[in-house]
Amino acid sequence: MTRLILTQDLMQSIREHGEQFYPEEGAGLILGHHDDHERRAVRLVPLRNTFESGERYHRYMIDARDMMAAEDLADELNLDLIGIFHSHPDHPAEPSEFDRQWALPWYSYVITRIEAGAAKESRCWRLAEDRAAFVEEDLNTHDV
Amino acid sequence: MSAIRLPTPLRGYADGQKEVVIDADTVGQALSDLAQRYPGLRPHLFDDQGALRQYVNVFVNDEDLRSLKGDATPLKAEDRLTIVPSIAGGA
Repeated sequence: MTRLILTQDLMQSIREHGEQFYPEEGAGLILGHHDDHERRAVRLVPLRNTFESGERYHRYMIDARDMMAAEDLADELNLDLIGIFHSHPDHPAEPSEFDRQWALPWYSYVITRIEAGAAKESRCWRLAEDRAAFVEEDLNTHDV
Repeated sequence: MSAIRLPTPLRGYADGQKEVVIDADTVGQALSDLAQRYPGLRPHLFDDQGALRQYVNVFVNDEDLRSLKGDATPLKAEDRLTIVPSIAGGA
C-alpha cells in the first residue's frame, strides 16, 4: 500500500475546511514531495468549490485557473501537486461513482466525512491505472 | 521552441519531465508532436477521434485555448503551454 503523510496541522486544516463549507462540499489541493512509495504533504491550497450552486452539497469542481496557479506555487516552492482533498457532507469518506468518473490516476484523493457540520474520519484513495476502481492509500498523520 | 508544462499524473509518460520543449508553429502541432514523442501520453490527451479530451484544459500563457483559435492558435517561441486536468467529484 502506498502512503500519504500529513502533519497533524495540515490534517486539521483539511478538517476545518470541510466544516467551514458544510453543508456544501469543500475542496483544495495538496502540494508536497513524492517518491515511488510515499508522499509527504507540505502545503495545502484551500479553494472554492466552483460546481454550479445548488449542487455543491454533493459535487465539487476546482477551477482550471486555480489548478494552474497551484502548479505555479508548487514550482516556486520546489514542490509538486500530489493530491486533492474534498469533503463528503453526511456521506462516507469513500469515493463515489462520480468521484471515480472524474478522477485521475496518480493523484492522492483525501476524502473527509462531515457529519452534521463536524469533521469525522478522513481516508485517502488513489485511482487504479485502468480507472476501474479506487485503491485505499495509507493516510499517516504525525505531530511534526 | 515552446515549453509545454505537464501535470504531475502525466509526467511519468514523458520520462518524468515536468516540462517538454517542442518546436511548433501552432498549439495543435505542439500537442500532436508531444503525443508522437511520448505515445503513452496520447490516450490521456486525445479521444478516439483525435480531439482533445473534454477534461483536458490547455492554457497558452494565461489564456484558455478554448477562448483562442483552438488547434490553429499560433505559437511564438517564448509561449508556454500548460496542460491542466479538470478536477471534480462528489459524494
